[in-house]
Amino acid sequence: MLDQDPILQTRGLSVYYDTKKVVTDVNLDVARNRITSIIGPSGCGKSTLLRCFNRMNDLIPSARVEGQVMFDGLDLYGHDVDPTEIRYLIGMVFQRPNPFPKSIYDNVAFGPRINGFKGDMDELVERSLVRAAIWDEVKDRLNTSALALSGGQQQRLCIARALAVEPRVILMDEPCSALDPIATLAIEELMRELSEDYSIIIVTHNMQQAARVSHYTAFLMVEEARVGFMVEFGESRQIFTNPEDERTEAYITGRFG
Amino acid sequence: MVRADFDRSLEELQAELVELGEIVEKAINKSMDALESRDLTMAYEVVAEDDVIDEKRFELEEKCINLIATQQPLAIDLRTLLTVLHIAVELERMGDYAEGIGKICMIIGDDVPMELPKQLPLMAKAGVIMLQGSLKSLVDRDTDLANNVWDSDDEVDELYDGVCRQIFLDMGEHPKTIEASTHFLWVAHDLERIADRATNIAERVIFMVTGRTGRYETTQEGKKSSD
Repeated sequence: MLDQDPILQTRGLSVYYDTKKVVTDVNLDVARNRITSIIGPSGCGKSTLLRCFNRMNDLIPSARVEGQVMFDGLDLYGHDVDPTEIRYLIGMVFQRPNPFPKSIYDNVAFGPRINGFKGDMDELVERSLVRAAIWDEVKDRLNTSALALSGGQQQRLCIARALAVEPRVILMDEPCSALDPIATLAIEELMRELSEDYSIIIVTHNMQQAARVSHYTAFLMVEEARVGFMVEFGESRQIFTNPEDERTEAYITGRFG
Repeated sequence: MVRADFDRSLEELQAELVELGEIVEKAINKSMDALESRDLTMAYEVVAEDDVIDEKRFELEEKCINLIATQQPLAIDLRTLLTVLHIAVELERMGDYAEGIGKICMIIGDDVPMELPKQLPLMAKAGVIMLQGSLKSLVDRDTDLANNVWDSDDEVDELYDGVCRQIFLDMGEHPKTIEASTHFLWVAHDLERIADRATNIAERVIFMVTGRTGRYETTQEGKKSSD
């Protein structure tokens, strides 16, 4: 599917909540240093699929995963894999900005401190904030509460916090749905910059956002008999101008159901 | 059905495009009638009526821009709007060629020292059929018909080559006809361009339906065979 070695790969991936199947047999390749969008209607299993990539579903007692998720050759669900370590390598940014009720500085330093980071913390905090394109806005008030920031700033702070533990992949679950259009564009711009060094997977309801920001797009769907199956995967420019599957076309042109 | 309003706008847009095509068709026919019957009043009307075509083209363009800005079209919707935009320009240019023939008609007047070359009405007829076919292929989303329009262009090119050769011969043999012959050469050129523009429309229809540019062979599987 890709013209390069994927950083993440799912094979026959299915997810159940108790006995209910919510993701069905997904084979998806995630490109390195590119942005991959997962789109689809509500309840199609996008977020569940996203959470498989850093084993966040482990935190849901009833969730069960079948099939494989490979991360650069490593089976993420292998017996000897520590999910906590995986979550450093594969970070996550959520729908609502969720900074800790701490200072801006401490938010960014939180992960590295837990990790036992021994280097220059000031430098790491600055580098992470610069990478997240928020340094100029906060450099003079690093010790003030993160909760005083605007929504868009808080979300960029959360991205800085994810970057501080030096991940290789960033998962984003509708990262802009709580933001205004200007803050949204700032995050999108940031994503494009970050994709030079990180692989990003974004779940979004906003088709225009997927079209604007991502290099690749996967379309998931739900039918009566099957839930959370992948209909089509391809380069975003192809998916949004000339999709192969008529179900994809119906969805992206807003004529679904 | 979601987006019923948008669907209606797209349908209206295409209906208006077809309407513009019909106006252009009439202009081409009228310019040739004027030329054949040396009717200067009719020729003047063709020239004057080109403003209507220009206006309609800009109206269509504005509607397309509004829909692109407000509806964020993707996939087939996006290709449809881009196609309408493109075809509106093609039609407007075809209208200009009809206007050009009208002007030539007015310049050469009603006293011409030679017959109208017989290929010219044939070229006009073929061009109009191509125009009709290209617009029908748009309405019916018919790539086979669009391909046929494409093929018909060869016929017009042959007629064009033939009329050019004949006019050059006439010029050599009857120097008195040089001025009129030159004007007829322009008419032939305008008609050849009209056929080319119809081909462009057919090409756009193929793009709209398949998302690909260039010639396209459909198969029973339908939409996605390769060219």
